[in-house]
Amino acid sequence: MSSEDPKRLTTMISAKAIEEIEHWRSKYPADRKRPPIIAALKVVQAENENWLSEEHMKAVADYLDVPHIAVFEVATFYTMFHLKPVGKNVISVCTNLSCMMCGSDKIVEHLQSRLGIKLGETTSDGQFSLKEVECMAACGGAPMLEASEIYHENLTPEKVDSILNDLGWEA
Amino acid sequence: MANEVCFRTMHLDEPWTLEAYKSVGGYKVWRDILKNKTPANDIIEQLKTSALRGRGGAGFPTGLKWSFMPRGMPGQKYVVCNSDEGEPGTFKDRDILRFNPHQLIEGMAIGGYVMTATVGYNYMRGEFYEPFARMEQALKEAYDEGLLGKNILDSGIDFDLYNHMGAGAYICGEETALIESLEGKKGQPRFKPPFPANYGVFGRPTNVNNTESYASVPVILQHGGQWFLDLGIPNNGGTKIFSVSGHIKQPGNYEVAMGMPFKDLLQQCGGMRGDKPLKAVIPGGSSSPVLPASVMMDITMDYDAIGKAGSMVGSGAVMVIEEGTCMVELAARTAHFYYEESCGQCTPCREGTGWMSRVLHRILDGEGKIEDLDNLQDIADNIMGRTICALGDAAAMPMGGFLKHYKHEFEHMIRTGRRWVDDQQNAA
Repeated sequence: MSSEDPKRLTTMISAKAIEEIEHWRSKYPADRKRPPIIAALKVVQAENENWLSEEHMKAVADYLDVPHIAVFEVATFYTMFHLKPVGKNVISVCTNLSCMMCGSDKIVEHLQSRLGIKLGETTSDGQFSLKEVECMAACGGAPMLEASEIYHENLTPEKVDSILNDLGWEA
Repeated sequence: MANEVCFRTMHLDEPWTLEAYKSVGGYKVWRDILKNKTPANDIIEQLKTSALRGRGGAGFPTGLKWSFMPRGMPGQKYVVCNSDEGEPGTFKDRDILRFNPHQLIEGMAIGGYVMTATVGYNYMRGEFYEPFARMEQALKEAYDEGLLGKNILDSGIDFDLYNHMGAGAYICGEETALIESLEGKKGQPRFKPPFPANYGVFGRPTNVNNTESYASVPVILQHGGQWFLDLGIPNNGGTKIFSVSGHIKQPGNYEVAMGMPFKDLLQQCGGMRGDKPLKAVIPGGSSSPVLPASVMMDITMDYDAIGKAGSMVGSGAVMVIEEGTCMVELAARTAHFYYEESCGQCTPCREGTGWMSRVLHRILDGEGKIEDLDNLQDIADNIMGRTICALGDAAAMPMGGFLKHYKHEFEHMIRTGRRWVDDQQNAA
């Protein structure tokens, strides 16, 4: 029952995304099936509004010809994978030591009040999620956050406002 | 004497380009090796002389590590770069990748030649979007220049290098977890032995080094091991990048000579951020025990001096802490980090990190008991040395430091429910 059509993934994501997965696959020995799992999940997540459904994970497994559990294990282990719907924009804010010493609590407070959500929540319009993350290796620019694959450093409440504006937050 | 090694392109416009790298002598060593087939042993000897020690945190001698690879053994071997930078306070590898990617490529290519590995992987943490883009660009430039690939510059030497990305897990900075992750699995560390030099990626001999370690190699070979050693002090050769953050005026990466007095480094970073004096320093990332200002102001920044003072150089992440900072809060945040990042494989770490975090947050919530302090030490002692990898130790060690030097702050909070630093300030 679990052996699904390996081609199913190609109907779920774009041809360009499939090409990208193939590019990653080409980096590893041909007889190894698992190494591209992480990259494939990222590609799929990016095409699926930032999250991975069970069907997506199974399709990735079938496409790469690995057991479903091999993909579930990876998807549940790494923090960059979202297994439930999240906002179109995920704001990852660091609260680790250096950021904490440089006032990340005020940044978190400001983000929460601007977006009207708490850490770990998503705005009701599905546009923004707020995520507390561990150190992202940018402590020289603490406090910092990451949004849409861009690091924003030396944050102030004003800077946070302008980031939110650029991302289309209007409330 | 700064920015002489890994940051030697830093003064240039667009320091990440092949053009910039060549202008400081980049790839000369690699071309020379390709032409003269420099004996691998000579290169290892230079590295040993240089006293270069692993810059990721463990400080293991790089030359010695390279010598462990079974070079004569037939079959595929790998060199892997650990660019999974994530030790809280550390942000140096990100800047090497962003600003001098070619030097990492050259260092890895030389490593591949010495250890007869024809394939390399640079494992970057998943959030390194900008470094990844720079590395991809640099790889393309290096291939276009004919410096990588098969039969490089007609030398008969092959070396292919690939960029790989993780997806968010501190534990993948541990080399065997990184190997598991590179193989497309959960990042759970392997039991050692066998060590990666015998059984690494895809079961093949593999050498894993930190980004800064590989990137130091071309400069060491260009000027000689003795030159590098002389930059620093005996047994602590060369320069080291210190990532300085926290309550400091000019946070950033400082590539300076090993053995530099801490007070000089502090001065180079512009001194303290505000008017408050220095209270303490976490000298080598969140895993290293905190040291009080009185100790730090008297020591030099090297493996031996910091080790003797009861902490470690670690990844070179220097977190500067001003007076008025509550150590209970820092300890609780540190404990929470390890709890979040424990891979869950070993019971002492999986359970112990959660206990420490919960006990510390209980103290912060005003529900602490005085026996909690003995419990914390007891938990830390029972994690230490009892796990497959060093994450357990990394969680236990800082706890010892906080309790050793700032026990009174914990006791005060337990007894009064208030922060010691607030009451000190009010009394003043």
